[in-house]
Amino acid sequence: MSALFTEAFLTSLILGALTAGLPLLLAGLGEQISEKAGVLNIGIEGMMLIGAYVGFLIAYETGSIWLGFLGGGVGGMAVALLMAIFCVRLGLSQIVIGIALTLGAEGLTALLHHFQFAQSYPRLPAVETLAIPGLSSIPAIGPALFNRPPIVYLAILAVPFVAYVFRSTQLGLALQAAGDKPAALDAAGVDVVRVRTFAVLTTGFLAGIGGAFMAEVGAGIFIPFMTNGAGFIGIVLAMLARGKPLWVLLGALLFGACLSITTALQVAGVDIPTDVIQMLPFAAVLAILVLFGRRASLPPALGLHYVRGAR
Amino acid sequence: MTDSVQIGGDAVLTPRTEALRARLRLVAMALVPVVGALVLSGLVLLALGVNPLAYYSYVVERGLLSPYGVQATLTRMAPLLLIASGLIVAFRAGIWNLGGDGQFLLSAVVVAALAPLLIHVLPDWATLVVCLVVGAAVGAAWSVLPALLKAYQGVNEIITTLMMTFLGVSFANVLVKLAFRDPATTVPQTRTLAVADRLPRLFDTTISSGLLIGLAAIILVHLVMTRTAFGLKLRIVGANPRAAIHAGLPVPALTVAVFAISAALSGLGGAVEILGVQGNVRADWNPAYSLTVVPLVFLARFNGFASIAFVFLFSVLSIGGESAARRTGVPNFFTLVVVAILLVMLGITEYLDQRRRAAGK
Repeated sequence: MSALFTEAFLTSLILGALTAGLPLLLAGLGEQISEKAGVLNIGIEGMMLIGAYVGFLIAYETGSIWLGFLGGGVGGMAVALLMAIFCVRLGLSQIVIGIALTLGAEGLTALLHHFQFAQSYPRLPAVETLAIPGLSSIPAIGPALFNRPPIVYLAILAVPFVAYVFRSTQLGLALQAAGDKPAALDAAGVDVVRVRTFAVLTTGFLAGIGGAFMAEVGAGIFIPFMTNGAGFIGIVLAMLARGKPLWVLLGALLFGACLSITTALQVAGVDIPTDVIQMLPFAAVLAILVLFGRRASLPPALGLHYVRGAR
Repeated sequence: MTDSVQIGGDAVLTPRTEALRARLRLVAMALVPVVGALVLSGLVLLALGVNPLAYYSYVVERGLLSPYGVQATLTRMAPLLLIASGLIVAFRAGIWNLGGDGQFLLSAVVVAALAPLLIHVLPDWATLVVCLVVGAAVGAAWSVLPALLKAYQGVNEIITTLMMTFLGVSFANVLVKLAFRDPATTVPQTRTLAVADRLPRLFDTTISSGLLIGLAAIILVHLVMTRTAFGLKLRIVGANPRAAIHAGLPVPALTVAVFAISAALSGLGGAVEILGVQGNVRADWNPAYSLTVVPLVFLARFNGFASIAFVFLFSVLSIGGESAARRTGVPNFFTLVVVAILLVMLGITEYLDQRRRAAGK
């Protein structure tokens, strides 16, 4: 067991937690914005998958990782636009459309991948990292935390930014009201549909970047169905974080550690079947729900369509 | 209709023609999205450089018109019908059991491990009966946690059932690879139930008698939900849980019951798939039937008979699509796209219908 405490193990565990956790962070943060505004976004898995595909494709064709992230974000946003039209404008069931978008994205990306790459799986070159001077030379933690691709720093900076928006801006107030008491928001002269549409589109953008990160940085390759439930973990993170972005970050790192512990254990020479390890994050979610289930809070108007003037 | 009367230009219809019209409207509202989805999916094929007409006709020919195809289609329906009946119970009671895939797969794995052992001890029919019961029990057991959390803690069951599904799929793999592995094979899979020992086939065909179990289940569920006091209670819980509490219904107990019935039917689907078709479970096998049946049940508006029709349509698409994947190079993922577009089309049709009715009144 002494191998568990080596520097290599620690570095690979932190690195893995960060790499696997970042898409969860972006998905969870996005979902939190939607949920705050009263839209339960079950389609987030589909948004991530489209983001992963488009992000990979653009990065592969143009050679620019940044264009890839942008494309992934816009791809996720395109799926979110469908969600906004059907659920926010037309008031169709958020669960039905969410499932439809996830299934459709799964099928479409697998289909496109098949026709485009046939059975070959092209790879992206490793993403360049940005070492933060000083911090990156701390042993074990330094190379894992402070020598990462710039997008990682941006995503983490998004956490305090979103927290600030929630807490101290008009927009944050409007989002909160759209989920808690849409009628009151309406009475105050703010268009509920517009606020919710904005929230859903932002969710799509963040989830899309999260998916693109999985394909471009995490794997360096697009594989059909590669999100494998990450979007759903994002939903749980958002629920458990009760509107606090910082908790989404902590949860994402925890789940990232669960997801990536296989690699770290292999580095340490411990042999546990991967299927057992894969159960960890989901078992962790359930354990947390059993312990704190009652405290997982959702806005009162979540999942309900708002019709102006209707009661 | 000869018995309708015209007064002042407005058609006054007798109750009978009114009912007929209502029924026709329902049929039309189901058909319009189907046709629309097939057209839109055809455009997707066109964009991918595949002739949609050729693809569809191949699917129909292979899934519906060839003797082998139609038998495979009907056999495929068996587990789907059981899953659909489980979903109808849950959805009508307002409970989102999205964990069908975990319940299905775990039950399949346990049954696949059990059946080849039991067959040496018990007579054939007893093995099958025991395995069906065990399959249902395993499915139900996998819903206990979400059921209790929902009933007594109010935890959103969409999340818990989805988590249980991911957990169940991995757990099923662990079981296949570590506990129930057939030592005689190199690929990780369970022992195989001999073809002769499986669920009997119907008449002289290859159709599994699981089809009858599936049909019986979905019709029974439909009648229970629409015609009995128990069904009415569940529907009240689904329509308005708060009102149900005021009406004195034991909502937590009913919630647990709904989960148990719904998951048991999904589990039964897994058992039927193993006992009737597969005979064993290979590692990493996950057909993910449940999440694809969810849209079909919605499309049928939770109606059992309409669900049979949509499950049939989906079976034709998926069996025909499997052949077409080999022939035309369009992979099976395409069916997912069709189902997704179908769902969206359904939503739009419903919305337009509501608006039309609102405008008419």
